[in-house]
Amino acid sequence: MDLIAVMAVEFLYAVASLVLISAGLAVVFGMMRVINLAHGEFMILGGYVTITAVNLGVNVFIAMVIIAPLAVALIGVVVERLVIRHLYGRLVDTMLATWGLSLFFIGLVTVIFGNTTTGISTPIPGFAIGDYRINGYSFFIILVAVLLLAAMAVILRTTRFGLIARGTMARPDIAAALGHETERIYMATFAVGSALSGLAGAVLAPLVGLVPGSGAAYIAKAFITVIAGGPQLLAGLMSSATFFGVVNQLFTFTISPVIGEVALLVAAVILLRMLPRGITGRFFRERSS
Amino acid sequence: MIMNRRHFIAAAGAAATLFPIAGRASDTIRLGSVLDTSGIFDAYGKPMDMALGLAVNEINAAGGLNGKEVEVVSYDTQSDMALYSQYAQQLVRNDDVDVVHGGILSASREAIRQTLRKAGILYFYNVLYEGGVCDRNIFINGVTPAQQVEALVPFAMGRSGKKVHVLAADYNYGQITAKWIQKYVADNGGETVAVDFFPLEVSEFGSTIARIQSIDPDLVIAPLVGGAHLSFFRQWAAAGMNERIPLASTSLGVGNEHRVLTADEGNGIMVAYHYSQELDTPANNDFKARWAQAYGDTSAIHEIAVSNYQGVLTWAAAVRRAGSTNRDDVIAALEEGLSIEGPGGTVTIDPQTHHAKLDVHLMILENQGMTVIETLPQRPPVDTQAVCDLGANPDDNTQYEIRI
Repeated sequence: MDLIAVMAVEFLYAVASLVLISAGLAVVFGMMRVINLAHGEFMILGGYVTITAVNLGVNVFIAMVIIAPLAVALIGVVVERLVIRHLYGRLVDTMLATWGLSLFFIGLVTVIFGNTTTGISTPIPGFAIGDYRINGYSFFIILVAVLLLAAMAVILRTTRFGLIARGTMARPDIAAALGHETERIYMATFAVGSALSGLAGAVLAPLVGLVPGSGAAYIAKAFITVIAGGPQLLAGLMSSATFFGVVNQLFTFTISPVIGEVALLVAAVILLRMLPRGITGRFFRERSS
Repeated sequence: MIMNRRHFIAAAGAAATLFPIAGRASDTIRLGSVLDTSGIFDAYGKPMDMALGLAVNEINAAGGLNGKEVEVVSYDTQSDMALYSQYAQQLVRNDDVDVVHGGILSASREAIRQTLRKAGILYFYNVLYEGGVCDRNIFINGVTPAQQVEALVPFAMGRSGKKVHVLAADYNYGQITAKWIQKYVADNGGETVAVDFFPLEVSEFGSTIARIQSIDPDLVIAPLVGGAHLSFFRQWAAAGMNERIPLASTSLGVGNEHRVLTADEGNGIMVAYHYSQELDTPANNDFKARWAQAYGDTSAIHEIAVSNYQGVLTWAAAVRRAGSTNRDDVIAALEEGLSIEGPGGTVTIDPQTHHAKLDVHLMILENQGMTVIETLPQRPPVDTQAVCDLGANPDDNTQYEIRI
């Protein structure tokens, strides 16, 4: 019985970490249709901001939940103003530009922090479920993911900003005609997406050893989750994260971690073959025209 | 091709740079070095380069070798395997070096080994690696899996129990090492209850940690490699497992990874290497003092930096003994079973394999350092000895895959 409880936590944790990894990309790619290949680097920037802040004596939770998202959001705004805003609607060009950005950030982080592994330890001690020990920090990740999904749902569904943002993403011409400054809204949305990536990188940082190239490990999973989720931002994120998280953990636990990774990719291929538009319907929605 | 004057001059210039050393005076000894001092492996390469610089400066300050100054020709391979073969060609053709030290990954060693062998330039590979290289032109002074695992397994089992779970990196180093672990676990009367392999980019170990608990071994041995795998040690401690099941590793700490973990995360992990900064011997204390004088502080020193330092020292001792830098004379001097005292202990050349007999220290991580519990003097490289005999077969030129 204890093992089942432990496994349940691990399953929930796997789903939650996929939600976190993918949330920023879901906004930037799912809503704004910017193929952000620098998504992984936005995440590790969040991690490095956290580590720096903690080393400067800031409380680790404040560093993770407040400082890192804000800092990465700022970086996101700069990136949007300098690069991304020229490229809206040009899917392939955003890919190339953000790939360049990802190389730039890797170089920058290497120059500042050196090409070595850095990290902080987890702030929550482990505890026992029956005979098993479990990482207490897993619960924090699950909690953050749940709060994040709830906050996104509330903002997108019930606030005026959410409404305007969704409207702008769907039909920027109509939104502009109604008197909204679409430029500003794009910028704000990109900043929110960046903040989410930064948050993800920050809360995952205590679990891993960060090197400047760590972002690469996240980017594939993030894209698979977002694409398989389909056009419904929240429902898609939750459904595909759940599906892939469960598949990955099931095979990791019963066979081996290698098979777990393979199973995730095979599941993604099969899923997209059967549901080419993602779990929640049409995969590609034309933004304008 | 029509050749105008500009083309001609360009071509002549290129030709001139290709053969610039035709008239080099032989009043210096040239030592070639190829290391990744930038790029993703620079955490290994930079300290190795510093160690080589320190060794050569010390040799020169003491009057050089046989009255000649040692001059270093070094190339940064930028963690790019293609650059290794390019720079090896350059060292062979242009730079006219007497010896080459360098290479970090096994792939980089194999990229330059044949070039140097054909050119008849002696090659020192000073890195802990998977074993099995059998080539008269190369000398290797890093520990091989048998040297290390043979010592680590009984030590770790003695402090835990007989049921061992192995978690290894999924490439040749991890797979070969995992086999050696299984062999020595069986030899010591234990049982390997599970072996799991992890691709290098895996950084999620939650379900693995649950799986380990459901198998409930007495000991976990983890030849895990790289930044992503460092997460395992972190998550292991975060789950409180570090107080439950003893953990040993064959790779943690080679690049000073144990300084990235906090003291609580690392404490108690058992390792076995040739070097530890915490070795309290006159040779090591003296080495650290000289390093600090040259580079400010000693934090960069790690296992393979010391190996590189000792590689240069070994070569220098052989050149002194041979009285020349002629390759065959130097090899003959080394094959006499030449021995030096380095910061990590005694290094003795094993003539049969051109590997080294090394002191292996059994250690436990303690407050981000490696505390030496026991030193096993002069462990022979039994894995490579089982497949390689350069005395009987001097023309051998193979990297054997060691079957267990």
